[in-house]
Amino acid sequence: MNLAELDSDRLLAAFRGLLIGKGVLNEEELSRSGAAMDAASPARGGQVVARAWVDAAYRARLLDNATSAIEELGIYLTGSPPLGVLENTEAVHNIIVCTLCSCYPRMLLGYPPLWYKSAGYRSRAVRDPRGLVREEWGTVIPPEKKVRVLDSTADYRWMVLPQRPRGTEGWSEERLAGLVRETDLIGVTVLPEVL
Amino acid sequence: MPPDTALPENALPENARGRSHHDMGGVTQFLCAPIDKEAHELTPFDRQVDALRQVLALHGLFSTDEMRRGIESLAPDVYDASSYYQRWLYSMVKVMLEKGVVTEAELAQALAA
Amino acid sequence: MSGFAPGTRVRVRDAWPELEGPAHVRTPHYVRGRTGTVLRRLGAFRNPEDLAFARPAATIPLYHVAFEQAEIWPENAPGDEFLIEIYEHWLEAA
Repeated sequence: MNLAELDSDRLLAAFRGLLIGKGVLNEEELSRSGAAMDAASPARGGQVVARAWVDAAYRARLLDNATSAIEELGIYLTGSPPLGVLENTEAVHNIIVCTLCSCYPRMLLGYPPLWYKSAGYRSRAVRDPRGLVREEWGTVIPPEKKVRVLDSTADYRWMVLPQRPRGTEGWSEERLAGLVRETDLIGVTVLPEVL
Repeated sequence: MPPDTALPENALPENARGRSHHDMGGVTQFLCAPIDKEAHELTPFDRQVDALRQVLALHGLFSTDEMRRGIESLAPDVYDASSYYQRWLYSMVKVMLEKGVVTEAELAQALAA
Repeated sequence: MSGFAPGTRVRVRDAWPELEGPAHVRTPHYVRGRTGTVLRRLGAFRNPEDLAFARPAATIPLYHVAFEQAEIWPENAPGDEFLIEIYEHWLEAA
């Protein structure tokens, strides 16, 4: 059977119906897993980042063992691959890609965006990463700063801890969290200075 | 020690004879492929495929590596022409057929219904 | 295999199991045969090359290995690096 020649909506309906009909799985399990994914979002990533910005001890725990540090905030990642966090600094800027497929910290950030899964991103992020983020997102990484591209190939999933933007001194954690975008957490953008 | 599969000096890594299509880091052909940065809601198709994959994994029937392997086995033209979740679906069906979780006869019958 | 300490220079095997039949490999083509530096050990995980075919899979140490970008593609900026998860059976002391 050549699956790709079939109408994929029909293939899905037939396959799904068959699995349910045979008792391999049921509708309730399917909707529960959908709901669990809907709870994950870039906003949760922002919450984690904001805590790390205001609490140095938390930041250290996050960089050491992100999964347990995130669970401290009541965000449970049970059953997900271990999560690692890489910190952007004055010296290093991190960019995450998965050249082999599209590994993404979905248990925290939700479904990966379309651009992250594209062939253009997957190929160019390792060859000309500076040009990629400049041309696609207007992100200019100063030449004196090292660009570290993390190719997410194996059992971990990775997220960037962005630098806290200047001009946010004294801000509440909640307000800080609201600044953080999906693209900052993958490293294709940096948070702009707040004027 | 000389490399097992030597490439000529200055050859691009992508020219290695053993490189698979999905292994696309740095591959020239895709460097200028457009990148759609708009936010897209998942379609009902995407959500159903995503949920099926998660539940099959929970039941120990479909590991991440089995899914990746199934996707990697797609012919390059099918890989390129398929959406992300179509690839997932093809992989999932292929591996479930291999394991006998569903049979080809059952699937053919369900498709005909 | 005895483990690699952070800072060890390692070479990625220039192996291509893809040429020998159905294979599932998590070492990207562009670092095979290349030399990098172990940054840290990330734990140990079951070998995906076997898990992908539902075969019994040994537990293998996984490392974060850093590579100079410009050594792989000369147009990349000197000093920029790649950081890649690589299983121990793909590495040898350089």
